Amino acid sequence: MSPDLEIQIIAVIVAVACSLPGVFLVLRKMSMMSDAITHTILLGIVIAFFLTESLTSPLLIVGAAIMGVITVFLTEVLNNTKLVSEDSAIGIVFPLLFSIAIIIISKYAGSVHLDTDSVLLGELAYAPFDRLELFGRDIGPKAIYSMGTILIINLIFIIGFFKELKIVTFDPALATILGFMPSLIHYSLMTLVSVTAVGAFESVGSILVIAFMIGPPITAYLLTDDLKFMIILSALVGAINGVLGYQFAVYFDVSIAGSMAVMTGVVFLLVFVFAPKRGLVTMIRRRKSQRFEFAEKSLLFHVYNHEGDSDERVELGVDTIQNHVNWDKNFLNKIMKTLKEEKKVYIEDGIVKLTKEGRDFAIKSYEEIVSEF
Amino acid sequence: MNIINLILTDYTLQIVSLGSALLGIISGVLGSFAVIRKESLLGDAVSHSALPGIALAFLLTGTKNTEVLLLGALLSGLLSTFLINGISKYSRIKFDSALALILSVFFGGGLVLLTYIQKVPNANQAGLEKFIFGQASTVLLRDVKIIAILGTILLLLVLAFWKEFKIVSFDIDFAESLGFDTKKITFLLFAMIVTSIIIGLQTVGVILMSAMLTAPAVAARQWTDKLHIMVILSALFGAISGIGGTIVSSVVSKLPTGPMIVIIISTIVIISLALAPNRGLVWRYLRNVKNQRSIGEDQVLANLYHLYVNHDNEGHCHDLITINPDANLQQKGKENIQKQLEDLKKKGFTRSNSLDKWCITDSGIEYVENYFKEGEE
Amino acid sequence: MKKNDYIIKVEDMTVAYSTKPVLWDIDLDIPKGVLMAIVGPNGAGKSTLIKAMLDLIKPVSGKVLFNGESYKEHRKHIGYVPQSESVDWDFPANVLDVVLMGRYGELGWFKRPGKKDKDLAIDALEKVGMKEFADRQISQLSGGQQQRIFLARALVQDADIYFMDEPFKGVDAKTEGAIVELLKELKNRGKTLIVVHHDLQTVPEYFDWVVLLNRQIVKVGPVEEVFTDENLNKTYKSTGQILKR
Repeated sequence: MSPDLEIQIIAVIVAVACSLPGVFLVLRKMSMMSDAITHTILLGIVIAFFLTESLTSPLLIVGAAIMGVITVFLTEVLNNTKLVSEDSAIGIVFPLLFSIAIIIISKYAGSVHLDTDSVLLGELAYAPFDRLELFGRDIGPKAIYSMGTILIINLIFIIGFFKELKIVTFDPALATILGFMPSLIHYSLMTLVSVTAVGAFESVGSILVIAFMIGPPITAYLLTDDLKFMIILSALVGAINGVLGYQFAVYFDVSIAGSMAVMTGVVFLLVFVFAPKRGLVTMIRRRKSQRFEFAEKSLLFHVYNHEGDSDERVELGVDTIQNHVNWDKNFLNKIMKTLKEEKKVYIEDGIVKLTKEGRDFAIKSYEEIVSEF
Repeated sequence: MNIINLILTDYTLQIVSLGSALLGIISGVLGSFAVIRKESLLGDAVSHSALPGIALAFLLTGTKNTEVLLLGALLSGLLSTFLINGISKYSRIKFDSALALILSVFFGGGLVLLTYIQKVPNANQAGLEKFIFGQASTVLLRDVKIIAILGTILLLLVLAFWKEFKIVSFDIDFAESLGFDTKKITFLLFAMIVTSIIIGLQTVGVILMSAMLTAPAVAARQWTDKLHIMVILSALFGAISGIGGTIVSSVVSKLPTGPMIVIIISTIVIISLALAPNRGLVWRYLRNVKNQRSIGEDQVLANLYHLYVNHDNEGHCHDLITINPDANLQQKGKENIQKQLEDLKKKGFTRSNSLDKWCITDSGIEYVENYFKEGEE
Repeated sequence: MKKNDYIIKVEDMTVAYSTKPVLWDIDLDIPKGVLMAIVGPNGAGKSTLIKAMLDLIKPVSGKVLFNGESYKEHRKHIGYVPQSESVDWDFPANVLDVVLMGRYGELGWFKRPGKKDKDLAIDALEKVGMKEFADRQISQLSGGQQQRIFLARALVQDADIYFMDEPFKGVDAKTEGAIVELLKELKNRGKTLIVVHHDLQTVPEYFDWVVLLNRQIVKVGPVEEVFTDENLNKTYKSTGQILKR
């Protein structure tokens, strides 16, 4: 395998592994927790490193996972005192833990082969140099196996506890009654997020992990309403972002992880604007036509309300009706023209009048609106 | 002594401390508004998002002048919040998700630009990375002057629009109904918060800036219920941690300034949460204990009152076990009830006779009867 | 009643959230000096109606006139009591601070409230029976007390027309009585009061004018004429909400 291909495989594995727990972070409105966790796992890694004096020990992952859970726990404790709002709680806990980590690292920078830049920023380009050997044979870059393992763990967890995750996410109260223990699921998910973040940070850096955890799920969220499909789609989007990002990075000779994050943003933005059902373009077009349709109904209803009144000439006069609906002249003319074409209104003696069709339509649309709720 | 000597003689340290102190004051004041408006995480997003602005400003102008880079940071910070608000307003994506996405995507963009700059021949990019972690030691007198000017403008604006900022933060509909242009006021306040974040980047860096914005205000909030005192205290805490962090990191070798400032301000937060009068956790715990005890006392008194009603005789006294039958289960319970009776005696609600039997007094009876009357209302 | 006795005229007002209509072609004339309840089922658009009248929500069509003027022109004569849960009561402020906010509109840009404003605020607090609470932190107030200081805040506006969004919500019986007394006193001083109200039972006792609203005006007029079982059924029928009366 060429290093080129290897890097792309790692990129895809990282992106997919991150997007899986990310789906539930997004749906549980805990996106910013990924921001906190990805920063604080650094402290877990540093502490575990000093205990084991090895950068390859699996204990590093354990340390990071524990620190991730501690982060969530501390934030909740702080929030539960009711002295601090939730956003402030996150904004206090993670900088503190992160600062401690940075200080430890800088203090022992000389003796430690761990520098802040690589943790924060990561360097995917180096991944193929760190290889795994089995029985003296080179079987590929280590990152493929470590990240692959995490990906499989995530998959097993999500498939195995799909039902639980679903109910705990959508209705925690019901989940408690049914005995699903939302807090257990909650902390398991947070552990998973931490483990995934540790695995990913070497390749892409801790801050960009956030993009891979949140970006693909919210992109998928704009495309589907089905949870299963959303998970599959976000894995797919994650993979695409990884490959696109790599190509971009190679072309411009810039940071691979950074490019992947940028591509995540670009792909999201494209979907945000052009998504078939929920995209900005569709929405604006739909709103415009709805606004027009709604204005037609409003005008019909106005006429219906005032027809035959003593002040009919003022309320419904061709020249005075504009004062009453308070619309822009052009807009009113456009609506009137359409209504006339549709034979819902006609003008008699300078007064706007309803045809029978128009009257029936006005009554029908009012009833629809009132029965809507 | 060494430290004081150092502070008095080391010119660089004085400059850097002054810069950090000013920064602490500015972010303390504007952070107060961010916290009461529950926008502290926005600070995190803005500071991360500033990175591509800094890189782009350098790339386009070729200068590393602080004001140019800060202008770039300001623009990309504002753009990021515009995007965050747009995404959460025009789609089903929640605000927090939009925040997380934009902050990391912008940061990624910043990294891409930084790596690109490294490849540009003759571009002296060294020093741009300092914005990621902040590097107080690179702050020059020139920078301090810029911070001071911007800070003065921001503080004057806060003073001038104090009433407006207060009312839009508390009750925006009411402010609108009074005829205030709430959109413009909110935008001005927000732009000022963003500016204060940008000012801090050089010293604390993009990652830790959110702590500078949030922590002093959260600490200050615990000590007071008044907005103006909160703002002043917050500025003070910000200044203390700014100076403290700078000095500690220059005295102890290899300690980075930004994280040190964050640790000091976090310590202030923890102390405030624990010890602040009224709101603090210790205070709250003591009050709970006191409440519990007075409920216990009321219970004992109520039992005595019932015994009195049943016997219809004030002079008829009882031993501990009759007063509270549960008390004999444990020695501790007995001591407890004894103590409560003694406390009640001090208040004049009970008296004891020579046989260590207890009964209720007239004022005790009155207290119990009033107590129930209050409860009925 | 002569036409120019109407202090508020709502003409052909339609309000929609995005494109979902909430209020549909409202025509409403409110005579000067009434104590008026806006009554209707949940989702009938009661709060929306007063917010649209106060220019807080832009209507799709139609307009509101106060004594022939727009809201902006007449603003100084209008007071507003929002729902008390619309704000964060943990905000660092005391009771006096909040009441003083009622003077902010009068002060205009840059100026701070002075001694005169403080005296007015204390007077208003006295009227709602909360004078001794002036220095109290707002997070320590009960629901009834919160509502009272919102009323005091509107009183210092010294308006002619008051809009109130459910001032009895979350309020104990004693406070409710006190608020009603205050509303009646304001009415007797010639003020016009428009109150969103959800307790049908107390309408005849508290109010003299009523609007029955269900996305459209069902009926409006003096309580004794309009507040009939027949009209109420008409108002509530489409929603299936149980009529408590």
